[in-house]
Amino acid sequence: MENLIWIFVSALLINNFTLTYFLGLCSFFGVTTKIDTAIRLGLANIFVMIITALSVYALNRWVLSYAPYLQMISFIIVIASSVQFVEMAIKKLSPDLFKALGIYLPLITTNCAILALALFTTNKGYGLAEGLVYALGAGLGITLALVTLAGIREESRLLDIPILLQGTAMNMIIAGILSMAFMGFAGLFSSH
Amino acid sequence: MEEFSKGLWKENQIFVTILGLCPALAVTNSAINGLSMGLSTTLVLILSNFLISLLRNVIPNQVRITAFIVIIATLVQVIDFSLAAMLPAIHKELGAFIALIVVNCIILGRAESFAAKNRPWLSILDGAGMGIGFTFALLSIGVIREILGNGSLFNIDLFGPNYEPWIIMILPPGGFFTLGFLLWLIAWYAQKKKIRTQTENK
Repeated sequence: MENLIWIFVSALLINNFTLTYFLGLCSFFGVTTKIDTAIRLGLANIFVMIITALSVYALNRWVLSYAPYLQMISFIIVIASSVQFVEMAIKKLSPDLFKALGIYLPLITTNCAILALALFTTNKGYGLAEGLVYALGAGLGITLALVTLAGIREESRLLDIPILLQGTAMNMIIAGILSMAFMGFAGLFSSH
Repeated sequence: MEEFSKGLWKENQIFVTILGLCPALAVTNSAINGLSMGLSTTLVLILSNFLISLLRNVIPNQVRITAFIVIIATLVQVIDFSLAAMLPAIHKELGAFIALIVVNCIILGRAESFAAKNRPWLSILDGAGMGIGFTFALLSIGVIREILGNGSLFNIDLFGPNYEPWIIMILPPGGFFTLGFLLWLIAWYAQKKKIRTQTENK
């Protein structure tokens, strides 16, 4: 149990996927203009990550131990098709949620955080429970980073930023400061 | 020739179109890592552009993205295994990021916007240009971070033992700061050039 909590907190704060591993930066800078869209994208991410954790466990257990060279191809196909499947299922079961997620659902296929989650879970040799907790922590961590950046960007529209720094350059510097703040979490669980 | 040179600066994927940021920041804590990541990506880019361009009339339009990504994933797996066999030290340093070349938006972007519409020869040139531009961007970020954060360049000590390294530059925040300031410099340069051409025209 303690181990699971450690995995969760580590993925959520200490080794935050976006701010420490630089994963999923395209959407991090692309869609964080409003808090609302940031939350939706974060939810879609958590959803796909959990599905991926389940399928990666199944793949590792029954397929990849016999044919390790299929790793990358099978992961990417599983991610692409599970995103497609999740999209169809949500459309059928809950049209409201489908509408809320919109274009962000299909775009998750090319988000490197998902493939990275699959690879990290494999490299660390996580089992089913550990993999699921890891996916949940990583997804929540991405949501946290997205919402924080979106909030700062909403506020910064009222500020007087030099013209040359406006746009991506300023976002990079904001992200750098956020990343510094997240480094402070490294002191948690220092006994491990 | 235009197809080759546009990727170097005018359409540089990192500095101008802001694509493929994840590897550009994650592995550039030293110049040598940036260089090897850039070269691996360039190789994948050239090969995938070539293959996709050869197959562009065979792949049905509806499943093209899936077909592209399977081709790219196969190439990356090949590169991953060859690096692990030939340069194990670099492979270990780059870790999962070699595998993550698969989801580098630049590669799928070039496949979709260039290789799927042009002849193989032109696609190779396009891939090489984009790849070298990407390598240049990674190398410059890596050089800045290694000099400031470690006081060295390609593992050669530059400033002697009295230099106090800015550790922050080789940690994650340094990546964001370096790219932020580089983009600032580029915007400043572009504005200066614009003002100059405007005054010349008057």
